[in-house]
Amino acid sequence: MLEEAAPEWLSEEVKTGTTIIGIEYDGGVVLGSDSRVSAGETVVNRVMNKLSPLHDKIYCALSGSAADAQTMAEIVNYQLDVHSIEIGEDPQVRSAATLVRNISYKYREELSAHLIVAGWDRRNGGQVFATMKGLLTRQPFAVGGSGSSYVYGFVDAEYRRGMSKQECQQFVVNTLSLAMNRDGSSGGVAYIVTIDEHGTEEKVILGNQLPTFFDQ
Amino acid sequence: MEKHCTDSRVKGVSTGTTILAAIFDGGVVIGSDSRASIGGEYVSSKTINKVIQVHDRIFCCIAGSLADAQAVIKTAKFHLSFHSVQMESPPQVIAAASVLKDLCYKNKDELQAGFLTAGWDKKNGPQVYVVSLGGMLISQQVTIGGSGSTFIYGYVDAKYKPNMTKEECLQFATNALALAMGRDNVSGGVAHLVVITEKGVEHVVVPGDKLPRFHDE
Repeated sequence: MLEEAAPEWLSEEVKTGTTIIGIEYDGGVVLGSDSRVSAGETVVNRVMNKLSPLHDKIYCALSGSAADAQTMAEIVNYQLDVHSIEIGEDPQVRSAATLVRNISYKYREELSAHLIVAGWDRRNGGQVFATMKGLLTRQPFAVGGSGSSYVYGFVDAEYRRGMSKQECQQFVVNTLSLAMNRDGSSGGVAYIVTIDEHGTEEKVILGNQLPTFFDQ
Repeated sequence: MEKHCTDSRVKGVSTGTTILAAIFDGGVVIGSDSRASIGGEYVSSKTINKVIQVHDRIFCCIAGSLADAQAVIKTAKFHLSFHSVQMESPPQVIAAASVLKDLCYKNKDELQAGFLTAGWDKKNGPQVYVVSLGGMLISQQVTIGGSGSTFIYGYVDAKYKPNMTKEECLQFATNALALAMGRDNVSGGVAHLVVITEKGVEHVVVPGDKLPRFHDE
């Protein structure tokens, strides 16, 4: 029998092959992600929280290369702290998204990470921004990561304008659950963050508590 | 984010496509889009029918190389009608699926075509079978295929219910095809649907402008 030289996961790039979703409602945003980090075919972390705080009321969701995404989030976190001291108040979500976009555009050949930035600020309420490969666009909702392909149909069909906070949270949980069922690179638990005027609420939904759907 | 689209690696005319089949209470719906493209860059046909009849109550949908699929179906139709004469009765749906599977499996190195087979027979009622690229044959209650299918896995998982009525199933199939055509650039055109029951076969064509519209950002 052939002998393996070294375990595959030592040489494969670590990706957060992932499902991430951000959606805004009147008064805030809900961000969600799965928790699987894979290196090739191995799951190297099954409980990683891919929702990373950039500021008190601004979070980002990581996808793509784990290292690139984490580093981008840390750099923007630092830059936002400096910026918020300079202006003397909480930064706008658009500013955070712009900082992410600046990094991902400048280094678009070297980096392969897609961050969804979402949060609440006083001026424009809840906002979700997509920043893939250097693009910056505000959207009512955004999905990303490898698992997102499988749920484009579902989110297109189910999204309605004017959903309440609870409906948005349920929408995020349903979408994550469907994607995690179909995408080999997504799985584990679901992390949900809800950000509004009053604060930030983090929640974990364990695998066996996720909604189930039709299984052949 | 990488999306592996087997259809785009197919040489020549490919049916970068969305196909679907679903069982409801008393019958089965099988349907597809109508776009054929070359390399994903040029639409060579806007109105191709990918739902092919192989016997009175048995239909197939094709995905992959159009040429391979047409050749396989032609051979399969011949084998099936001969089989039906020998058995002196209409063929079972699984017979049609098995014929396709044999052809796909034995010629797996040369062919690049996959099939959905759906139909009704007296012994087992409505059935749906999938013959994959390499020649695997499995039976499912609802199944999707083609490049556009990746986008509607979530929708189908969430919205398919066993024992729907005919109208509910038609609406489900139309919605699913419309959603896939909305996101996949090599699927499009009209939605061809065929409803097969004990009583007979009904063709439904939904032109592009009558397809359901969803949230368009």
